[in-house]
Amino acid sequence: MAIFLTKDSKVIVQGMTGATGMKHTKLMLADGTNIVGGVNPRKAGTTVDFDGTSVPVFGSVAEAIKETGADVSVVFVPPAFAKAAVVEAIDAEIPLAVVITEGIAVHDSAAFWAYATSTGNKTRIIGPNCPGLITPGASNAGIIPGDITKPGRIGLVSKSGTLTYQMMYELRDIGFSSAVGIGGDPVIGTTHIDALAAFEADPDTDLIVMIGEIGGDAEERAADFIKAHVTKPVVGYVAGFTAPEGKTMGHAGAIVSGSSGTAQAKKEALEAAGVRVGKTPTETAVLARELLKG
Amino acid sequence: MDLFEYQARDLFAKHGVPVLAGEVIDTPEAARAVTERLGGRSVVKAQVKVGGRGKAGGVKLASSPDDAVEKAGQILGMDIKGHTVHKVMLAETAPDIAEEYYVSYLLDRTNRTFLAMASVEGGMDIEEVAATKPEALAKIPIDANDGVSQEKAAEIVAAAKFPAEVADQVADILVTLWKTFIAEDALLIEVNPLAKLADGRVIALDGKVSLDENADFRQPDHEALEDKAAANPLEAAAKAKNLNYVKLDGEVGIIGNGAGLVMSTLDVVAYAGEGHSGVKPANFLDIGGGASAEVMANGLEIILGDPDVKSVFVNVFGGITACDEVANGIVQALELLKNKGEAVTKPLVVRLDGNNAELGRKILSDANHPLVQRVDTMDGAADKAAELAAAAK
Repeated sequence: MAIFLTKDSKVIVQGMTGATGMKHTKLMLADGTNIVGGVNPRKAGTTVDFDGTSVPVFGSVAEAIKETGADVSVVFVPPAFAKAAVVEAIDAEIPLAVVITEGIAVHDSAAFWAYATSTGNKTRIIGPNCPGLITPGASNAGIIPGDITKPGRIGLVSKSGTLTYQMMYELRDIGFSSAVGIGGDPVIGTTHIDALAAFEADPDTDLIVMIGEIGGDAEERAADFIKAHVTKPVVGYVAGFTAPEGKTMGHAGAIVSGSSGTAQAKKEALEAAGVRVGKTPTETAVLARELLKG
Repeated sequence: MDLFEYQARDLFAKHGVPVLAGEVIDTPEAARAVTERLGGRSVVKAQVKVGGRGKAGGVKLASSPDDAVEKAGQILGMDIKGHTVHKVMLAETAPDIAEEYYVSYLLDRTNRTFLAMASVEGGMDIEEVAATKPEALAKIPIDANDGVSQEKAAEIVAAAKFPAEVADQVADILVTLWKTFIAEDALLIEVNPLAKLADGRVIALDGKVSLDENADFRQPDHEALEDKAAANPLEAAAKAKNLNYVKLDGEVGIIGNGAGLVMSTLDVVAYAGEGHSGVKPANFLDIGGGASAEVMANGLEIILGDPDVKSVFVNVFGGITACDEVANGIVQALELLKNKGEAVTKPLVVRLDGNNAELGRKILSDANHPLVQRVDTMDGAADKAAELAAAAK
């Protein structure tokens, strides 16, 4: 078991025929992902060869689902066209759309999120501006390196890609059930809370590592959720204690506005909910080890 | 990107939101001609991206063109909460203000939607209204796809209890402001005060606008709104090279890959600095995914050009990026800088982990550069970089 993504997931790639899409489709296939198609209306009917694996290109997400039974789409479409791509995935009612694209305008992500909500949230959206998610040993939907770690019993949810990799590396000998990068944009689909709820319900996850960063109040709300609903141990890490007010730190959503969105407030909220919060990624990994040993 | 008041005024005017006539100047003498154009009197307003300028003496009434020159001279160069006034806006003097209201559109991150906020108690800090009289601030969610129709505007007007005699005007302004919000890819549009004048007109007297830089690809006009003069020279140089850089006030230069890891690196260096005379990170610099030699050289050049920097910490976790490429990048970057005649004298601490880390570490060891030290854990490398910076301080 795992969350959101299993070895049975049938994955399509929107934007597969672009340079980034090609590169990562190849890597996802190498990690054992069952990639059943790509989407590009201009190249519909063709196939693309990835080291001997032939992947068909479909004209639309709906067509790809009809032909292959796909239930996950990974979106590499450039920012200017990403909104249309996600709306297409929502219209086709694909259960999971993983939006890797960085740099999508907030009005576009707010629009596709509003559209997903008004049509009944039939598609779970992860991202945008995220590394995707991996269930080690089973399937990889996105750009998380597949060779950092092995299957195990830790669940990871993070706003940041490289901190996800760092944490998987620190705990590589224990392994992960699933690792989900939810993205660093101001408007994202799947939240810390959604992933926490899924890990809580997942019989193969024993401990949850939650990585947050400055900006917004997602971590504070996650802390409330943990207090009320999570029985499994949770270890936390928050990046951005030294970030100055009013400056965007790389991620579009990573900004301290006035007194809100600070790392200190997030850490305090998590600790008040019983979460042990590490000062550094390495210390966070040590805390996770201690808790797993009981 | 946050705009100055005069830029917000111009955007409002362009989209048909009622505003007073106004022009921006940066020398006192220019106030004369502008004030003449405005009818012989003007309001001289400091242009700073910080609140509270009125209390600080940054807004003055000028009774004549000569008086405007004098008042502009007093305000230009003023320091308002750490912001130097480089520009003043001269605005037409309005008839007396009868009432002051507040309206805004903004992104509600928590609920992942847009939000309209409105109050008949405008003119003061809206956060104070929200804290002390929350019932006086109406908050109405706006669906990003439905937007603000005339009906939605009427709903906002009713929720905020605007007086009947201004209801239609305010509703029209709300619809026009929403069009502005969409057309400009704004993250925030705030009008405070939205004033009812003695003659009955409703006018946007002051505005705050923040624009989404991710939308620059479809907003070619926005580049001209950037305040290039105020940017830190190192930040400006980094931006010109497409580097994601923020100048901070410490001594340890930081280069890393991925925004989260770089933020974390700053924190880890700050903790390490507590044991080394309190040295702190000097900057945020995310070189992103494919860290080529050229990108690494550009990054190192910016950081080594910062006189505050005493040591440099290169912290890379190779995800898709291969550490051997990063290591080659560092070696080549130092070579590039040497060939450019730039003497590199500051020590570099490099930590490589992840994809091809062993290969990368070997490349650094083989290069045996006198200024480059390898430390293979993030916390250990941060400590070494802090120690070196403290020693050079």
